[in-house]
Amino acid sequence: MNPDAATIAAGAPIEVDLTPIAEGQDIKVFWRGKPIYISHRTKKQIEEAQKVSLSSLPDPQPDSARVKAGHDQWLVVIGICTHLGCIPIAHEGSYDGFFCPCHGSVYDTSGRIRSGPAPSNLPVPPYTFVSDTKIQIG
Amino acid sequence: MSGPSDFQPTNPALKWIERRLPIMGLVHSSFVAYPTPRNLNYWWTFGAILSMMLGLQILTGVILAMHYTPHADMAFKSIELIVRDVNYGWLLRNMHACGASMFFFAVYIHMFRGLYYGSYKEPREILWILGVIIYLLMMATGFMGYVLPWGQMSFWGATVITNLFSAVPYFGESIVTLLWGGYAVGNPTLNRFFSLHYLLPFVIAGVVVLHVWALHVAGQNNPAGVEAKTEKDTVPFTPYATIKDAFGVSCFMLFFAWFIFYMPNYLGDADNYIPANPGVTPAHIVPEWYYLPFYAILRSIPNKLAGVVAMFGAIIILAFLPWLDNARTRSSKYRPLAKQFFWIFVVVCLGLGYLGSQPPEGIYVIAGRILTFLYFAYFLILLPLLSRIETPRPVPNSIADDVLAKHGGKVASVVVALVVAGGLLVGGTQNARAEDHGVAPPGNKWSFSGPMGKFDRGALQRGLKVYKEVCASCHGLSYVAFRNLAEAGGPGYSVAQAAAFASDYKVKDGPDDKGEMFERAGRPADYFPSPFPNENAARAANGGAFPPDLSLITKARSYKRGFPMFLVDFFTQYQEQGPDYVTAVLQGYEDKPPAGFSLPEGSYYNKYFPGHAIKMPKPLSDGQVTYDDGAPATVAQYSKDVTTFLMWTAEPHMEARKRLGLQVFVFLILLTGLLYFTKKKVWANAH
Repeated sequence: MNPDAATIAAGAPIEVDLTPIAEGQDIKVFWRGKPIYISHRTKKQIEEAQKVSLSSLPDPQPDSARVKAGHDQWLVVIGICTHLGCIPIAHEGSYDGFFCPCHGSVYDTSGRIRSGPAPSNLPVPPYTFVSDTKIQIG
Repeated sequence: MSGPSDFQPTNPALKWIERRLPIMGLVHSSFVAYPTPRNLNYWWTFGAILSMMLGLQILTGVILAMHYTPHADMAFKSIELIVRDVNYGWLLRNMHACGASMFFFAVYIHMFRGLYYGSYKEPREILWILGVIIYLLMMATGFMGYVLPWGQMSFWGATVITNLFSAVPYFGESIVTLLWGGYAVGNPTLNRFFSLHYLLPFVIAGVVVLHVWALHVAGQNNPAGVEAKTEKDTVPFTPYATIKDAFGVSCFMLFFAWFIFYMPNYLGDADNYIPANPGVTPAHIVPEWYYLPFYAILRSIPNKLAGVVAMFGAIIILAFLPWLDNARTRSSKYRPLAKQFFWIFVVVCLGLGYLGSQPPEGIYVIAGRILTFLYFAYFLILLPLLSRIETPRPVPNSIADDVLAKHGGKVASVVVALVVAGGLLVGGTQNARAEDHGVAPPGNKWSFSGPMGKFDRGALQRGLKVYKEVCASCHGLSYVAFRNLAEAGGPGYSVAQAAAFASDYKVKDGPDDKGEMFERAGRPADYFPSPFPNENAARAANGGAFPPDLSLITKARSYKRGFPMFLVDFFTQYQEQGPDYVTAVLQGYEDKPPAGFSLPEGSYYNKYFPGHAIKMPKPLSDGQVTYDDGAPATVAQYSKDVTTFLMWTAEPHMEARKRLGLQVFVFLILLTGLLYFTKKKVWANAH
């Protein structure tokens, strides 16, 4: 009953070009049937994400562990609420990050859970920078 | 109770069979000679009602499966085609969908009855536990069945429920992948759910056999809660129980038919008429009404794992009931305290059901926590405690004594209780529907509302014209074929007129002999062509907004009715939230948004649209469409006409449904009356 070969093959890595995403905007791509948010964060958003004290977080993780070094402006997260799998809405909620309409979980600009029933941060998918403007997810 | 049967057929052929397979003896001893307590009330007919519902669900389900396509791209459409094209497909589908609700409604009464009369106590523990297993299997089957139409609620319900298992430590993620057969809910999930949805009812049927077997070994409990001792305490199953059950089933069918024929969508969710979209989560994900109390328990606990444990615990705890309640007196009739707390517990369950349908915020969360505590306290604190401190009233010496002490006249109260409880239980969901930031649309008088409603032919024909000349430039109507225009209960065109109408359209066909696609004139069998080749093209042409297909729009839109209107709607058969909303949006444009409202670029202000910023410009203006029949060429008239037309496209067999409903009701009322008097006659000497 585990995924069959075709399903696994369709889940191969994909490349995403980042050039069209302006600062402050984000796009949603699908990989393995999951929506992945790629956000081009503004200076203010990066600052917000970095200066939070870790002890105040339900699932403590520094912002640096959630982005690639030298690419602070790019946040790549799987847009599936860690509570029960709904898709959070970007640029909503009181932390300028993501808000899940189903059960009210709020994530910050680093995709970390800040309030609501979700137990953990939005997961970061495996990805690498192929060049400065292109990433490969998977 | 039932010893070896002494049944002997007289016919030699039957005798020959009976010697080799004593099946007639088995049936005779179980359903004819079987002694049943003579003081059973109507709450005991729900066993027969449930057997009937299981049979009916399997029967309708098997036929539906012959027409259904379990594929993520085709499932939604195949159900629409069942409803539109299969002979009596609408009836089968309504019976099966409402039947699931009725099945749960009956099982809840059956369970509460067991709880009240102590039917789980020694020697019926296994009987009770088998019942809890059946209930769990029913929940799994019902959930997987709800996924099959592959609408928005199906998809997101599946996502939320399968994700519950991710709370399991260590193995959670692998269990979820195993359930999905992929990286997310998708086609493999739908396929396996279909397979299991077909399998599990037969497993249920098997456990039901065990349940009935255990029942016939221990014997039925009864309202007095004392075991049958002598012949005087019992009556033979046939004719006494048979006729009483038949009457109960007939009453229940009346209740059931009310939903099938007059409010098939009352128990459903408008969002499930929108095809599944993995990219958009509906604002409120609400399970079917029968899961709501458990959903409320899940949400009232802030920790994910604890919430899931509490939810499953709330069901599992039922299996331990025989050991939690140690009181020697079975029936709550003779337990003054237990009786009161039982009714409080019923209210707690209904309250949890209501909260499960509400958004998880503010006062609802606090109330949910209190009721969750009360739910568990009933089993874990109250029942063990009561068995120690309560002084029961004396129970009658025998069932015969109990019968002599009481008088009849329960039918009316049962019927009233049924209807009220039904309205209460099922109404809960209605509240969670629709976004809260829209203004409730004003009510309208529709020709198609009510039990005798029919479409106004003139309005349908005018509405088709409005659609063709205005709406069709952006909105598709892809489930409607030109041939439908000539079908009974529709706009009343002749076959030739429908064919002529079709030939005005250009339809893409092919490939031809050279392998190329070509255009030809439309035929009656073709469907209305969509204005855009795909969703992305539609979005690109409309500023990012997708003009939805209108075939089902009047069923896919709704608005919040609120308490107590949803209860009133059950009796008035108000089903027109969709049409009221659609016609209100068409007329709800205002040139200037109210002060303080910032309208996003490229949007228009609409009073009734949720959020008020709609991407569709005001589509209708006075005099835009010319009517040939003298109807006023106003926006109000256009809106009503096109809404009537869209109600027909959403349910082309509505007139047939209501007409057959009337016939069924006449039949059922006569049958119920006859059964009642037959039952009275049969029981005359037993009371």
